[in-house]
Amino acid sequence: MMANVLIYLETSHGSAGAALKKPAAEVATAGRALADAKGGTLTALVTGALAADGVLGRHGVDEVLHVDGEAYGRHLLDAQAAALEAAIADTQPDVVLLSATVLGKELGAYVAGRTGRALISDAVALTVEGGAVVATKPKFAGKAVAHIAASGPCIVSLRPNAVPPAESPREAKTRTLAVTPPAARVRLREVVPAAEKRLELTEADRIISGGRGLGGPEHWSEILDLATALGAAHGASRAVVDAGWRPHAEQVGQTGKTVSPKLYVACGISGAIQHLAGMSSSKVIVAVNKDPEAPIFRVADYGIIGDVHEVLPLLTEAARTFLSA
Amino acid sequence: MKIIVCVKRVVDTETRVKVAADGRSIDLGGVQFIMAPYDEMAVEKAIQLRDAAGTGSVTVVTVGPAAATKELRTALAMGADDAVHAVVEARMGPNATAEALKQVIDGREYDLILCGKQATDEDDAAVGPLLAAALGLPCVAFVHGLTVDGRTAIAEREVDGETERLDVDLPAVITAQKGLAEARYPGLKGIMAAKKKPLETVACDATGGKTELRSLELPPARAAMVKIEPTAAGMQSLLTALRNDKKVL
Ligand SMILES: Cc1cc2nc3c(=O)[nH]c(=O)nc-3n(C[C@H](O)[C@H](O)[C@H](O)COP(=O)(O)OP(=O)(O)OC[C@H]3O[C@@H](n4cnc5c(N)ncnc54)[C@H](O)[C@@H]3O)c2cc1C
Ligand SMILES: Nc1ncnc2c1ncn2[C@@H]1O[C@H](COP(=O)(O)O)[C@@H](O)[C@H]1O
Repeated sequence: MMANVLIYLETSHGSAGAALKKPAAEVATAGRALADAKGGTLTALVTGALAADGVLGRHGVDEVLHVDGEAYGRHLLDAQAAALEAAIADTQPDVVLLSATVLGKELGAYVAGRTGRALISDAVALTVEGGAVVATKPKFAGKAVAHIAASGPCIVSLRPNAVPPAESPREAKTRTLAVTPPAARVRLREVVPAAEKRLELTEADRIISGGRGLGGPEHWSEILDLATALGAAHGASRAVVDAGWRPHAEQVGQTGKTVSPKLYVACGISGAIQHLAGMSSSKVIVAVNKDPEAPIFRVADYGIIGDVHEVLPLLTEAARTFLSA
Repeated sequence: MKIIVCVKRVVDTETRVKVAADGRSIDLGGVQFIMAPYDEMAVEKAIQLRDAAGTGSVTVVTVGPAAATKELRTALAMGADDAVHAVVEARMGPNATAEALKQVIDGREYDLILCGKQATDEDDAAVGPLLAAALGLPCVAFVHGLTVDGRTAIAEREVDGETERLDVDLPAVITAQKGLAEARYPGLKGIMAAKKKPLETVACDATGGKTELRSLELPPARAAMVKIEPTAAGMQSLLTALRNDKKVL
């Protein structure tokens, strides 16, 4: 027994209907690999309206457990925890996998506490060694990497963008699981949409970040234009956030968000150790800075020594033609 | 308003990490320690909530080495009322830490427990929700705005680019995200006062670990930088390299 893997997938409920969030394919891929290594089955838990977009079977899910009901229209912890606990009781998994997002980290740790399971947070790779799950996980803001083994049934959250999705098609049958959610002790009062539509930094493939070198909030359009041209999310250094040029939610770094996109473009950012902490695991780093000695160049794959106000418009223009060609 | 804040002593964010000879921990030679930055925000917020209520107390709690008295005194100097220190020298994983904190907190009176969203050494963002589960309390993690209205807290957090406002039954565990509060620097008066504030040392069982840290290493070194000219032709060559060599465009 105890060789099964259960994955919990977040869905978003936009006007276009329910959709699995981007990390779903990554979590399914990692789950499939674990299930194969352990010789077990892979079950996916989906709550709320069922997202019928075929992602599940494509990435190796054997069975879908579906929990629905009024309490599952929007993610609230008490109801989600009840659903996940019911799915754990049903499938008796050795490993529960979810993504290391805001909601995933909260739910994973909370249910680990409630079920007495070992918790490993923010893994970037997973293996099975002698039956035990061993996770690779950044610590000290990515300045070190630890290998952590679970000594029993566990819950692991997986950092978005860490595992590239792979296909392993099969027919995933759906089974309904009846769950009576407990009284909600945390209730949604309202949702305040962002002033501008933001791509979620921690899940973004490409990020353009600006620092104090931009000179002031009035120059931020240079960052936004490049982000639009490259289909990227946009972030900022703490100096910029502290100066009130940009909101807290955009801060990248040790006391902001930890990101690992495929492409990170740092513009007018010196590269202080606390900033590097949040982005140095990016696959490719491009830096624009007028100071050739700026520490950001020590982690950059490509460095442009120059004035952001000249380089960014050039790069934006080039990107527009390049990507439309 | 009685508030408990969980704070952790961590290595300074400036630290250049070296792996120690045991291959499982970092070399602490010359390393400075601080209160974890998000915990500082939580302490600040607790002080503000207490002061706004005009009554109550802020108790800071740590599970950690004897030397962590320093971080507790910092919290007291900021304005916390008292401190509880469960002395454990060894590193603990998240399950064991939450279990130890539960032991320290059980039997105490509180309306609210605040944690940092994550400790900047382990980077788990786990102990808050684990502790909530252990104590049977509701939980909201990653909160950047918080007000209290009687037995309900209103917590704000960012999810997928939107701000959620949540009503939370108290007592609850809430974890601090950037934006919740800007920690004050303790003044001389605060530092003097802190010396006389109560700091209780307690025992706890720290064996509830369910994970084992097998090894620690430095991340792989990055390749040497390629210089790009700040010209239109340079931009063209950069985009070409990003697409053809790196396959990220
Ligand atoms: C506990 C703690 C936590 C922290 N957490 C974070 C964090 O999460 N994130 C974070 O970012 N920082 C963090 N910091 C702050 C960090 O130490 C730096 O102060 C900050 O990152 C600096 O931001 P910056 O690079 O934008 O500004 P600066 O250091 O002022 O650098 C500006 C850069 O822009 C360049 N420049 C100026 N003008 C131009 C121009 N016209 N064209 C091109 N380049 C130009 C300059 O050469 C310089 O390198 C933290 C600090 C502490 C103590
Ligand atoms: N040893 C500890 N003592 C007290 N509080 C802790 C300890 N470890 C973690 N915490 C609290 O839990 C939060 C999250 O820690 P972590 O899950 O390790 O990222 C921290 O910001 C602290 O508020």
